Amino acid sequence: MSEQRIPETPGTNAENASFWEAANQKRFLIGGCTACGEPHFYPRSICPHCFSDATEWRESKGLGTIYSFSIMRRVPVPYAIAYVTLDEGPVIMTNIVDCDLDKIAIDQRVSVVFHEGDKGGAIPVFTCI
Amino acid sequence: MKRESLAYIAGAYEHPTRKAEGKSLAQLHAEVAKGALEDAGLTKDDVDGYFCDTEAPGLGPLSMVDYMGLNVRHMDNTDTGGSAYLLHVAHAAQAIAAGKCSVALITLAGRPRAAGLTAEPEVNWDVPDMPFEQPYGPTVVNTYGMCAMRHMHDYGTTSEQLAWIKVAASHHASHNPNAMLKTVVTVEDVVNSPMISDPLHRLDCCVVSDGGGALVVVSPEIAKTLKRPRVGLIGSGEAAKHQSGGKIDLSYSAAAQAGAIAFAEAGLTPKDIKYASIYDSFTITVLMQLEDLGFCEKGMGGRFVADGGLISGVGKLPFNTDGGGLCNNHPNNRGGVTKIIEAVRQLRGEAHPAVQVPNCDLALASGMGGWMGSRHGSGVVILERKD
Repeated sequence: MSEQRIPETPGTNAENASFWEAANQKRFLIGGCTACGEPHFYPRSICPHCFSDATEWRESKGLGTIYSFSIMRRVPVPYAIAYVTLDEGPVIMTNIVDCDLDKIAIDQRVSVVFHEGDKGGAIPVFTCI
Repeated sequence: MKRESLAYIAGAYEHPTRKAEGKSLAQLHAEVAKGALEDAGLTKDDVDGYFCDTEAPGLGPLSMVDYMGLNVRHMDNTDTGGSAYLLHVAHAAQAIAAGKCSVALITLAGRPRAAGLTAEPEVNWDVPDMPFEQPYGPTVVNTYGMCAMRHMHDYGTTSEQLAWIKVAASHHASHNPNAMLKTVVTVEDVVNSPMISDPLHRLDCCVVSDGGGALVVVSPEIAKTLKRPRVGLIGSGEAAKHQSGGKIDLSYSAAAQAGAIAFAEAGLTPKDIKYASIYDSFTITVLMQLEDLGFCEKGMGGRFVADGGLISGVGKLPFNTDGGGLCNNHPNNRGGVTKIIEAVRQLRGEAHPAVQVPNCDLALASGMGGWMGSRHGSGVVILERKD
C-alpha cells in the first residue's frame, strides 16, 4: 500500500461532539428522528426532514455502496473522495482508503474503518469489501 | 411579441485585465463600475442602488459605497458564489419595480492570481457541514468530478463529449484578444491533458483570472432616455440545491428549478433562445445546466454538445461566445457577471463578428455558484432586445 492522505481533524462543537466521541470508540453514528422516523446525515439536533427537535443518535452498521467518487491526482498524495450510500439510507461524503485507487468503482461495497486525523482523533472512512 | 420588462441592463463592462498586478481590489471594483456607467451613459451620481458579493472589501457594501462616493438608498450583498450576479440583476429589477432604486450598480472584482490565492474556501468549523466533509479533502474540482463520474455511470456520457464543450469555448476565445487561452483545442487535446481529479482533465477546468465586471440595471423610464440598445429582463429564477439531509442526488442541479421559474416568467421555452451564456467552471457544469434548463433531455447532454453543438454558426445552441470561463475569464473564481455581459453584447449585436448570432433578440444567462457536488445556488435570467 502506497502512502495515504491523512484526514484533517475537524473542530467540534456542542451539537456534534457525540459523533466524534463515538468515532474514537470506533462507532459510526448517524442522525435519526423519532417524530418522522427518518435517518439523516450530517447529524443535527433539528430534523432536516420534518423540523422536529425529537432527534436521536443512531449507530450505523458502517456498511454501504459507493454512489460516486473522484480520485484527486494533482496533489502530493493522491486520494479518493466519495459519496457512499449507507445501508441505513443516507448518502455521506467520505474517503475510500486502504485500496488500489484505480480499482474503485461506483456500486462497490464498502465498510467503515477509522483513521487517525492529522491532529489526532478517529475519523470514519471507508474501505472496499 | 414584446414582453413587459421591469428593468433594463443599460451598462455592461468587463475588465480587460487577467492578472491585476499593480492594482488594488477596491480599484478594480471602481474601474469596472466606471466602465459600466460610461457604457450606459450615466454617472456615479445617478446610482441609487449598489450590489456586490461578500468578497468585496469591507463590511458588506459599505466600504465600496464609501470608496466610490455613492449615495444609495438600496443595498444588497446576496452571495451564492459565482451565480450571485445573476441574482443581483433579478434583485435589482425587483427593487426597481418596488420603487426602492432606479439605477442599480453591480460590481464583481478579484485578483486571486496576483495574490496567489486558491479557489478553496477558508476552513471554518462553525459551518455545520464542514466537520463532516473537510476531513476528506473536498475541493472544487473533486466535488464536480463526482458529478461527472455519476453522470457517466447513469447516462454513458464520455470524456470526449465533455471535451467538445472546451473545444467550442476555444473556438470562440480565438476571436477574443483579451482571452487567457486563445488557442483552438481539439477533443484529443482535452482528453490527453493531465488528469486533475477523475474524470476531469486540466482542460475540463476553467481558467483562474483576475479582473471583474460590472452591470448597470435601470428602470424602464431611465432606459428610454439612454442611447444604448435596450436589453430588458423578462424572466429570472433562483434556487438552492443541497444534500437534503443525506438524500443526495447528483443527477441534476439547482438550474432545473431556477430555469423553470425563469422560463415561466418569460413565457418562453428553451427553443426560443438564440444565445445562451452557461456557467462553465468545468465542462460538466455546462452539460448538466443544458439538461436542467431543458435545452435537451436529461442524460442527452453529451450528444447535444458533441460535434460542435455549442459552436456559434455551427451548432444548435451558440454558447459563451467570449470564450467563457473555460478559455476567456473567470474573475475571482466567480464567472456570473461575465455570463451576463456576453449575453448583453450578443443582444446589442456587439459580440465579435465571427461569433455574433444573427438577429439575436432572446438570450439566457445561467450561473452556478458554490459546489454542484454538495451545495450550490443557481441564478437564471432571460433577456430580450427591445428595439
